[in-house]
Amino acid sequence: MSVLAEVSGNIGAIGYGLAAIGPGIGVGIIFGQGVQAIARQPEAYNLIRQNMLLGFVLTEALALIGLVAPFIYR
Amino acid sequence: MTPATLLADDFTAPGPSIFDFPPIFAGGPSWLTKPVLFAVVGAVLVIIFAWSAFAKPQLVPRGMQNIGEKGYEFVRDQVARPFLGKDAERWMPLLLSLFFLILLWNFFGVIPLIQMPIASHIAFPFVFAITIYVIKIYLGIKHQGFIGYFKNMMFPPGLPKPIYVLLAPIEFMSNLIIAPFTHAVRLFANMFAGHLILAFFSAVGFWFLFDKLTPLGAPLGVLGVGMTIAMTGFEMFIQFLQAFLFTLLAAMYIGGSLHSDH
Repeated sequence: MSVLAEVSGNIGAIGYGLAAIGPGIGVGIIFGQGVQAIARQPEAYNLIRQNMLLGFVLTEALALIGLVAPFIYR
Repeated sequence: MTPATLLADDFTAPGPSIFDFPPIFAGGPSWLTKPVLFAVVGAVLVIIFAWSAFAKPQLVPRGMQNIGEKGYEFVRDQVARPFLGKDAERWMPLLLSLFFLILLWNFFGVIPLIQMPIASHIAFPFVFAITIYVIKIYLGIKHQGFIGYFKNMMFPPGLPKPIYVLLAPIEFMSNLIIAPFTHAVRLFANMFAGHLILAFFSAVGFWFLFDKLTPLGAPLGVLGVGMTIAMTGFEMFIQFLQAFLFTLLAAMYIGGSLHSDH
């Protein structure tokens, strides 16, 4: 089978770049919507911020696993 | 080849090896390294701080008690009360010690001469996460019963029946396997990456301004030093945020075990 496309260089770095796409979009959505919610209802700031941070840490976990994976599977 | 690549040819970025330390004194035990020493120093400092702030409380707080009460109020109002409700006061000693210890360990990453975030060694956050994990399961089984705990976790009521085929294994995995893992790895990876970023920019500054000072490379070195300063500020924010989030998740796990309805 002939090689159609090839990636050279540090695969771990490329893998982290790929792993950061999804969480990047997710974190953007969470904070975008969070800021919008605060703008609409500033008196619910505490409640919104708390849920925003909760969603942020759960989404961020994926990016962090992507960061750690190259060190584990060396 | 551009001049920049010529200059940077011999430059090697710092890698994960900057986290390996030799024993503090020659011939000492191999586990007695800088992170271990400062982990103990941090714990002792937190104990001294808590002792001086809370041992003899006065009605009108002075000195250390002021700082201690600000920290206490922050953890209680932002972390404990939203997740634990009326049980908040009972869990405050654990949450407050967790928060202060992790915060100080993280700040060691930017304090000159120490400059080693303790949590960038994965063993330290894992001990915290496993402690919280054991408390979580113990409380869950104690308050909801063995069957009830797993039933509440895997089969939350009020969903169409076929959903449970998908939901039950996912909930089981995320609660019992992924949650403690990400809990520890989140703190570890943030400190690890932050320390690498700081080391990289300071290495750039040192290389281009001291090791290989050239007219072309000097601006790059100045940029590296500038980025080091900016990143140190950013890193302090991240360090505070991670200590806060670790405590927040601990409170959430404990709260979820105490009250079955989530």
